[in-house]
Amino acid sequence: MSPIHDQSYRRYQGARNMSGSAWAVIAWSGIRAMLAKRAYLGLVIFSWVPFIVNAVRIYVAANYPQAGAFFGISPNTFRQFLESQGVFVFFMTVWAGAGLIANDRRANALQIYLSKPLLRSEYIGGKLAVLVAFLVNVTLIPGLLLLLLQIAFSGNFDFIRANAYLVPAVILGSLVQVIVASTTMLALSSLSKSSRYAALLYTGAIFFTDAVFGAVRVITGNTRMAWLSISANMGQVTDVIFRQTPKYETPWIVSLMVLLALVALSISVLERRVRGVEVVS
Amino acid sequence: MSESVVTLDRVSVTYGKQRALRDVSAVFPKGAVGLLGPNGAGKSTMLKSLLGFVKPDSGTLNVLGLNVADKPLEVRSRLGYMPESEAHIPGMNAVSFVAYCGQLSGLPKADAMQRAHEVLYYVGLGEARYRNVETYSTGMKQRIKLAQALVHDPDLLFLDEPTNGMDPKGRDEMLELIRDLAHNKGVNLILSSHLLPDVEYTCDHVVVMDKGTVATFGTIEALKGPAGRVYEVRVKGELPTFIAALKAAGLEASETDEDVMRVFVPGVPAGAGEDQQRICGVALSAGVQVRHLKPSLPTLEDVFARAIGEA
Repeated sequence: MSPIHDQSYRRYQGARNMSGSAWAVIAWSGIRAMLAKRAYLGLVIFSWVPFIVNAVRIYVAANYPQAGAFFGISPNTFRQFLESQGVFVFFMTVWAGAGLIANDRRANALQIYLSKPLLRSEYIGGKLAVLVAFLVNVTLIPGLLLLLLQIAFSGNFDFIRANAYLVPAVILGSLVQVIVASTTMLALSSLSKSSRYAALLYTGAIFFTDAVFGAVRVITGNTRMAWLSISANMGQVTDVIFRQTPKYETPWIVSLMVLLALVALSISVLERRVRGVEVVS
Repeated sequence: MSESVVTLDRVSVTYGKQRALRDVSAVFPKGAVGLLGPNGAGKSTMLKSLLGFVKPDSGTLNVLGLNVADKPLEVRSRLGYMPESEAHIPGMNAVSFVAYCGQLSGLPKADAMQRAHEVLYYVGLGEARYRNVETYSTGMKQRIKLAQALVHDPDLLFLDEPTNGMDPKGRDEMLELIRDLAHNKGVNLILSSHLLPDVEYTCDHVVVMDKGTVATFGTIEALKGPAGRVYEVRVKGELPTFIAALKAAGLEASETDEDVMRVFVPGVPAGAGEDQQRICGVALSAGVQVRHLKPSLPTLEDVFARAIGEA
């Protein structure tokens, strides 16, 4: 065998991109890696079933007035659609998000990433973009498409004109779910080198806070402590965005503050955990 | 001294209460520079500071004429880093991993892929480039780390213990690669290692660190000093008496655990065999028999031992 160095090494004379696009490289690589998993791709496709059901419902309501009473389309239809997508948001967050940073930490990949010309914020942004892309795909995109279908099937703008707030409501309502889920999951992923442990942490955070709220609700007989539950807080804020009466007695502004605090805490955790060198004091 | 690639000016780094670097000032010239030191001397901390992973408490670091604190991205775009610990991007085969690193370093996708193939052939992983990195042996993982550091064609390479865990054949091949990069391909490199033969084989300059400070630095040849002025001596008789007599005669010697001691003769030799005659004369006056006397070629080990105070 000839010495390996005889197979030579060339200096690179080509172009270099210094525009801070590393986050897009990270995001695209993460998305492709997830879509390469057949089971996950199945979940992505299956998550569009509620959209198809609602699209048929809108079509029937628009074209068969006699069925309108049964398939009545109201602003609440879109609110309920977003709520029903919550289960897909949960599964996709756990499946796609748990390993995003945990796996990199397990393989000591952070020092590889951060030795390249990219900022920590670009790394976090790239990882976040993977989750955001999948979650937007089950919330914002089908939500807006349903509104478009309503216009297309009814052949007029009457519904959307009467409920013009629905467009920003669908956008904001989706973003609340997407941002809270993705930042929380990413922060939990950065806390561990095991994706399974990170998945358990997220599942625990969602179900444990729900359980605590449920217990307090039984004890006190009211829902003033709904701010204890992450999903109840998202529900409260989304109800207000859709101009509906909130389900629980907790003021919506309190729920919003809790969600903002959760996002801020997650960003702070990410800032501390995503480093090229781990210092154990 | 030739033009420098890295300069440190009074750099201090602290981890909690532990001072890893203490007011370190050093200049790394172009070419291959060995960064030597025992474990905990601050070698890895120095590299991590130069990469911007660790923020120094004080002092300035310049790499390729750029201040690390002011222009970290520009610095890292011209650097390649091969970390000490096992590191890869999970779930990728070798060619995807190296191409991905190329893209992260700013290479266009097609160029990154082409370079990945070339670099993997160069480091000897051409045949295994479609295998998942997680299935690689330790030696292969060392090579893939070198490949990812090279893919964007850096002007300066940081190699942190590059032969760790490699078998002798793999180690020799890795050292050949490093030597080739430095001496034939025009890549500057800093090789951090505690293996003196690795540094001696691949590098022209050396910086020796100890307890967070620079113990000594310079070209290896200069640090080793002139050949033939150190002698290996084995005697029969009272060793302490002989050492005392040597010191009284102005020669440097110290007792070692081995039976062969080293005697350093300072100054310029008056003529051929003069040094040997001086040592034998001292032995005669001390009443010991010289059983072995031959010139010793100074090694980097001597330099290292002297620098960290073990000589």
